[in-house]
Amino acid sequence: MAAAAVLSMSEIENKAMNIGIDLSTIVFDNIVLPPGDDFGITSDDEDILHEEVAPEFETGYGNVIVVDNLPVVSPEKFAKLEGVIRKIYSQTGVIKERGLWMPVNPGTNMTLGYCFIEFNTAQEAKEAKEKTDGYKLDKSHIFIVDMFDDIERYMNVPEEWTPAEIKPYEAGDHLQHWLTDEKARDQFVIRAGTVTEIFWNDARQLRPDPVYHYQYWIDSFVQWSPLGTYLATVHQQGAIVWGGKSTFNLIHRFPHNQVKHIDFSPGERFLVTYSSQEPSNPRDTHRVVLNIFDLRTGKLMRDFKGSVDDFTTGGSGGLSGISWPIFKWGGGKEDKYFARIGKNAIYVYETETFILVDKKSYKVDNVVDFSWSPTDSILALFVPELGGGNQPARVSLVQMPGKVELRQKNLFSVSDCKMYWQSNGEYLAVKVDWYTKTKKSTYSGFELFRIKEHDIPIEVLELDNKNDKIIAFAWEPKGHRFAVIHGDGPRPDVSFYSMKTGGITARVSKLTTLKAKQANALYWSPAGRFIVLAGLKGFNGQLEFYNVDDLETMATGEHFMCTDIEWDPTGRYVATAVTLVHVMENGFHIWSFNGKLLYRIPKDNFFQFQWRPRPQSLLSPEKEEEISRNLRKYSKKYEAEDQDVSLALSEQDRKKRRVLQEEWETWTARWKQYHEEERELRLQLRDGEPSDDEGSQEQYEAKEVEAEEVLDVHEEIVD
Amino acid sequence: MRPILMKGHERPLTFLKYNREGDLLLSCAKDHTPTVWFADDGQRLGTYRGHNGAVWCCDVSHDSTRLVTGSADQSVKLWDVQTGTQLYSFNFNSPARSVDFSVGDKLVIITTDPFMGNPSTIQVKRIAEDPEDQTSDSVLTIKGPQGRINRAVWGPLNKTIISAGEDSIIRIWDSETGRLLKESDKESGHQKTISSLCMFTDKSHFLTGSADKSAKLWDTRSLTLLKTYQMDRPVNAVAISPLLDHVVIGGGQEAVNVTMTDRRAGKFEAKFYHKILQDEIGGVKGHFGPINALAFNPDGRSFSSGGEDGYVRLHHFDPDYFSIRM
Repeated sequence: MAAAAVLSMSEIENKAMNIGIDLSTIVFDNIVLPPGDDFGITSDDEDILHEEVAPEFETGYGNVIVVDNLPVVSPEKFAKLEGVIRKIYSQTGVIKERGLWMPVNPGTNMTLGYCFIEFNTAQEAKEAKEKTDGYKLDKSHIFIVDMFDDIERYMNVPEEWTPAEIKPYEAGDHLQHWLTDEKARDQFVIRAGTVTEIFWNDARQLRPDPVYHYQYWIDSFVQWSPLGTYLATVHQQGAIVWGGKSTFNLIHRFPHNQVKHIDFSPGERFLVTYSSQEPSNPRDTHRVVLNIFDLRTGKLMRDFKGSVDDFTTGGSGGLSGISWPIFKWGGGKEDKYFARIGKNAIYVYETETFILVDKKSYKVDNVVDFSWSPTDSILALFVPELGGGNQPARVSLVQMPGKVELRQKNLFSVSDCKMYWQSNGEYLAVKVDWYTKTKKSTYSGFELFRIKEHDIPIEVLELDNKNDKIIAFAWEPKGHRFAVIHGDGPRPDVSFYSMKTGGITARVSKLTTLKAKQANALYWSPAGRFIVLAGLKGFNGQLEFYNVDDLETMATGEHFMCTDIEWDPTGRYVATAVTLVHVMENGFHIWSFNGKLLYRIPKDNFFQFQWRPRPQSLLSPEKEEEISRNLRKYSKKYEAEDQDVSLALSEQDRKKRRVLQEEWETWTARWKQYHEEERELRLQLRDGEPSDDEGSQEQYEAKEVEAEEVLDVHEEIVD
Repeated sequence: MRPILMKGHERPLTFLKYNREGDLLLSCAKDHTPTVWFADDGQRLGTYRGHNGAVWCCDVSHDSTRLVTGSADQSVKLWDVQTGTQLYSFNFNSPARSVDFSVGDKLVIITTDPFMGNPSTIQVKRIAEDPEDQTSDSVLTIKGPQGRINRAVWGPLNKTIISAGEDSIIRIWDSETGRLLKESDKESGHQKTISSLCMFTDKSHFLTGSADKSAKLWDTRSLTLLKTYQMDRPVNAVAISPLLDHVVIGGGQEAVNVTMTDRRAGKFEAKFYHKILQDEIGGVKGHFGPINALAFNPDGRSFSSGGEDGYVRLHHFDPDYFSIRM
């Protein structure tokens, strides 16, 4: 087994000793794992197993389908019905000659309401079943399509209903145990080399505290679920979801060969996995498979298969056409809807039934982009300009279900739009790139939607200097402010705006502009108020920690060549990391929210740093308000704790130093002794000449030595 | 104090050595001429001409009369320190990497690189009182360790030889019989090539630096690991202060990567660590290439560093240095 190579024998022995098993008494061949469970140990022949899923049994009827629920017709209408059916099924594949057979009741000469269709290939039959199962011929005739081979299987279902065996209730693992940490610390996962590790961020001790360590855990990457309950690891054969109280236990496997991407629904109800397969024929497009699993039961809820082109808007197709996630989740934390964009339509599915809302896609001609409100079932769509400006571009807000257009804004001479939702779904900012009069260049501005207000008022915001390029934009989480980096050249400006200024008719207004900053990315604290202005890539990792309440810089720092920045979910710490994108300097630094560097960990071949997210706070906004008002009262307790810790730390530190010093002194004492003992021998080796290091430190006298050197002897005869 | 920049070599430095009194500093570089300098003000005193390849290592006798140098030209040469005349040349059939005089200066250890099918060797040669009587016979030859042996030095009382090199294992040999006495532990020891080794003045302990980004302190007699100093760069050079409980460690990213990154990323500082507490004390910047050689003046009041950039930087410590509290 591959796992045996990973675990060293000594580890196994230790483990066995801990649980009180004498290894010598065990005959390994007698050990049988329960079927279907391999305890998270992947065997190296599993690959082969997966490849050989369901060997094809040639029954000869693989290309035959049974279509049920057809209308029962008299012989006069027989030909007509047959024509209709032939027409429907010719679309999906080639029906064999005499491959359509509709049996007739010999007594009444009426049809029996079903028919058999034989296709050329089993593939076509499968496709026909997938496409037409549930096809509505008319109101009372909805097709039920089955493979002929399956009929037998259904026949074997016992007539007698046996009650399902109810398993005794097993208390599940406490998946949110990490939230009850006494020191209220946060966790993070890192992946470096072949090692995946999970740590507590122990900022008081200025070091990470290990939780879990695993070598060769992951084939491609790890990902926390949005509320932090699970950790998903992605492997060749699929994704595995882990979680638990003290360690990370395997919760479910989600088999999906060659999985490339995964995505959790925001409420952690579902997991989407994605793979795309290189076509055997290079002219074909990539085949794409998407699976949606129920996270709690591990059940496959629905799968989507098709070519890449089906999942992209542009006609170009190819791999670049896919933008992950393909399915965007909507309807807030309940994960009510998910939607994807297609050609001239948006496909919105609901998670009750896993079928399209209203059983059809939402047609929007030429739609190129859409996004959900993070909290409500509202879709924002963008349709670009068409017909050389005859038909304006538009951004519209659509309520689901019902597809009611709440608000629409037409935009003229627009080259592109980008949508940014504020995390509470209160505001939507649309960054619009307009063409200049000459159409040679573009300039940018914002259309700001106030979703929660009556009639959804829209405001236009233009920058002070219209020609500035917009480099980055970010809403304050849960807040009413946003930050923009704008400008040309190496030192752009950073501006902050607020949506809540001036009286009842709130208007957007600028708070301040910071001139000439080395920044190209914005990272708001999840708690708002603080922001890190970061200069990644070309700016070599300049960091500025800025307080937007007081409009002042708290600190500046630098994490040279920094590639990734992530706030911890509470907004107390910031992690900056240099990942393998950059060859040198790999590792991460942890900073406090106000820009104090707490500790740094270098790691070679550093791939990933990810904080474990937290679920939303259970405190009401009022309670939070109350706490921040009486912060002093609450903070006292923690300050006292901090002091205790720092006292204990310095005490520990002193003790450690004393131990080290004492240890060293015993060594040196021994060395001195050896040195003394060897003195005579050393003297002999040096022919009796004492040397400087013989303790006495005798001063050597400086002697003036006159050296004469004859450079040249020249004889000359003097007259 | 401002460091004294000693420009004299045309190629990267490889090794630095003070004489016992600490008034002379000897430097080796990849150009072919070892150079002697006044250790006080950095004046160049003279050069030793005769090698025809990079000079990797040198050692100077107790009384500062003899200099031995090992070179890639497959020879080890013996010089008169004062006049710069070559007294003798030991010739090999592979480059010589490291040289070290024994206590009493009657023996010298020479290591040679694996080359053209010859394995690496550790050889002990007798140094004759009168250069006229010098022969090239080896008293002892040790073969065995795989890969290059980057450094081999004498243990206390010339009874042992300590070697370290590319296979990242430190070995202690009996200098009489050539028998292997001890090997460093693979788990706790270095994980990559050991680039340098520095013996403390009383030979009780020594420091090794490795490409695994760490330096380790060992007991010479028992080969127990005493301390580990974790760095964030490959280590090329190490030195132990004879005066204070400090060690200095230098290195930097490999030369092949230097041109691809900013100077700040190179980490070309010499880092000071507290020998006992293993805490970083500070760094001395200046070189614009990796540091290849480090040496403390025997009085512990100055140190010098030699870099891939071809400079030797001589640093006299400020008074503050002697009052550092940890």
